[in-house]
Amino acid sequence: MKNIKKSTLTFFGAMLAIYIIVQLLLSLGVLNNFWRGIIFWGAAISIVALGLNLIYGFNGQFSLGQYGFYALGAYAAADVTWRWLNEDPSGIVVGFLGSAVVLGLYALVAVFLRRFYNVRVTTRFLAYLLTTVLGYGIAVIGLRPLLEPLLLTVLNALPPAVTQQIVFFLALVSGAAIAGIASFLFGIPVLSLGSDYFGIATLGFTIIVKVLLDNTDTILPFPEMKGARGMVGIPQWTTWTWVFLCFLLVVVVMRNLLHSSTGRAILSVREDERAAELVGIDVTQAKLLPFVVGSVFAGLAGGIRAHDLAFLHPQSFNFIQSFNPLIIVVFGGLGSMTGTMITGFLWILLLEGALRLFLPQGFETWRFVVYPLVLLIMMLLRPEGLFGQYEFPYLKRPLAKLRTRSASPQPGEAAASEEVAP
Amino acid sequence: MKGRPEGLPAEVEARPALLEIEGLTQFFDNLRAVHNFDLTLRQGELIGLIGPNGAGKTTVFNLITGVYQPSEGSIRFRGMELLGIPSHEIIQLGIARTFQNIRLFSKLTVLDNVRIAYHPHAGYTLFDGIVRNKAYREQEDYLTERAQEFLAIFGLEQRQNDIAGSLPYGLQRRLEIARALATDPELLILDEPAAGMNPQEIDALMELIRFIRQQFNLTILLVEHRMRLVMNICEWITVMDFGEVIARGVPAAVRDNPLVVEAYLGRQTAFLK
Repeated sequence: MKNIKKSTLTFFGAMLAIYIIVQLLLSLGVLNNFWRGIIFWGAAISIVALGLNLIYGFNGQFSLGQYGFYALGAYAAADVTWRWLNEDPSGIVVGFLGSAVVLGLYALVAVFLRRFYNVRVTTRFLAYLLTTVLGYGIAVIGLRPLLEPLLLTVLNALPPAVTQQIVFFLALVSGAAIAGIASFLFGIPVLSLGSDYFGIATLGFTIIVKVLLDNTDTILPFPEMKGARGMVGIPQWTTWTWVFLCFLLVVVVMRNLLHSSTGRAILSVREDERAAELVGIDVTQAKLLPFVVGSVFAGLAGGIRAHDLAFLHPQSFNFIQSFNPLIIVVFGGLGSMTGTMITGFLWILLLEGALRLFLPQGFETWRFVVYPLVLLIMMLLRPEGLFGQYEFPYLKRPLAKLRTRSASPQPGEAAASEEVAP
Repeated sequence: MKGRPEGLPAEVEARPALLEIEGLTQFFDNLRAVHNFDLTLRQGELIGLIGPNGAGKTTVFNLITGVYQPSEGSIRFRGMELLGIPSHEIIQLGIARTFQNIRLFSKLTVLDNVRIAYHPHAGYTLFDGIVRNKAYREQEDYLTERAQEFLAIFGLEQRQNDIAGSLPYGLQRRLEIARALATDPELLILDEPAAGMNPQEIDALMELIRFIRQQFNLTILLVEHRMRLVMNICEWITVMDFGEVIARGVPAAVRDNPLVVEAYLGRQTAFLK
């Protein structure tokens, strides 16, 4: 490509520098496991918060459900790798291929519904729900016996290190896809609610997910998740490279999405829903899309976190935790990607890093007194968030150049009567 | 012909109907906001809809654009029934409207306000936008160019990167009309375009309405309280009171209609003369 913008170069240069520096520090052992955990956790929570910012900051839909999708992604990804380690590739078949089947069927249903357009949203929900059940049903009943031996042979023929990376990749994708599908199904009926009601409904979703996770081994058929006792035996496969690539991918995808025509439609819904509808924007779609994309981000982050922590417990996804991304987004500045990216790291650094180290022994619990204080002071002094509307140049909405060709001779404040001759 | 006054030129009556509203009735709980409303618009007409506050004019607009579903009646646009079609699709069929109180996307730039209206025909997919391929770049340049040309027509070209909410009131009105026209409509519905304007701005607005009508080959339906504007530019007028049509006719006839004077113009006859 000929002309790459300076801001793009600067951004990717800085990102690359950060990648190399952290990788060096990790390899040299300057950053111990504690700091490694903080960085990875910070990245994961930043990704969740970016997703929420897309939904709340850019689209204006107040969601408390992102931790639910984060939890879904974490458990789904962990389940794929756990099963793989126990000589059972069914996780890949159902999680990855099953999701692919479901998405394919969705496309068919969408085309079918478009043919007979006048279908109401609620009945569409039923159609999509049935499609989902059908898709995963096909995967469980049809694909499993067919593909499992094949998958095992193929993946075992490869060197173990490569297999591990492939399986981890498939696990991450499965987690993200399942979170995306869940948010799609959840979003269709619920997004028609006004913003506050939507917030309550998503809070409900987080609670439902937590309760389901508490009962994975009793009500749900996932004994390996061990319900309320917590899931163990997850491989610690997350590396800095994976974390960095996922983070960069999320940032770039979100930035490109927001700067496209669809992004403008998303922003218009935040500005004025009725006006958006009356310039021809399909508001349902313009709300559903960011919700699903944001939830896919959350699911991806869940997979990363699960394979770093190597232990999952439903309690870490309870509804109090679900406020974390919200705090980060508001703290960093609603509608500022830069703010969310940085604040995500700062938040974990403050809460789990600095305060743990600086508070004297035995006073760790006091950090839950310190951080609300920080929030209060912040809201009083800088209600628009740490970064307000600031963005890195690369992430800023590009402004179009004024046309030089056929520039009109009149000044900007042209009187209306002057323009009769075009 | 239903929903039209007598005695319009035969040349006008020969044109095909663009919008046909028949027996439109709307209840809000027990309140009858619109009752048995008929209106037929032929291509290229400029029609005024007037009436005292609360007469149901804006409700009619909301019914046409699908914001409400009517309790009874039918609305046909180019012979196609609009009932049950969601708002955004009605807009895409070729009806555009502005609002009584300006509803711009006030934190976005002037250019983006116009480009949003192009979204249904953006010409590239979500995927193109995310991977930034050639289709995205070409189409995005084209859209920007088109929007800029459009803004130039409205004298807003130099303001393209200003935040819409920061524009002076008159320009905001004009941007709203520009945004509505960017959806490429055949029928433009203006809801009190002159609200809050001073006499000079109203003159400019009349020029603007005449100009866009010619330039974009539009049929225009407008609600307005400022009699000077309505009497000057409308070809004929429908008067509503308490949800019912009480008179139709050319401006001069409506002005002298005793029913209208009683319902609406009574206090303002001095102003009109």
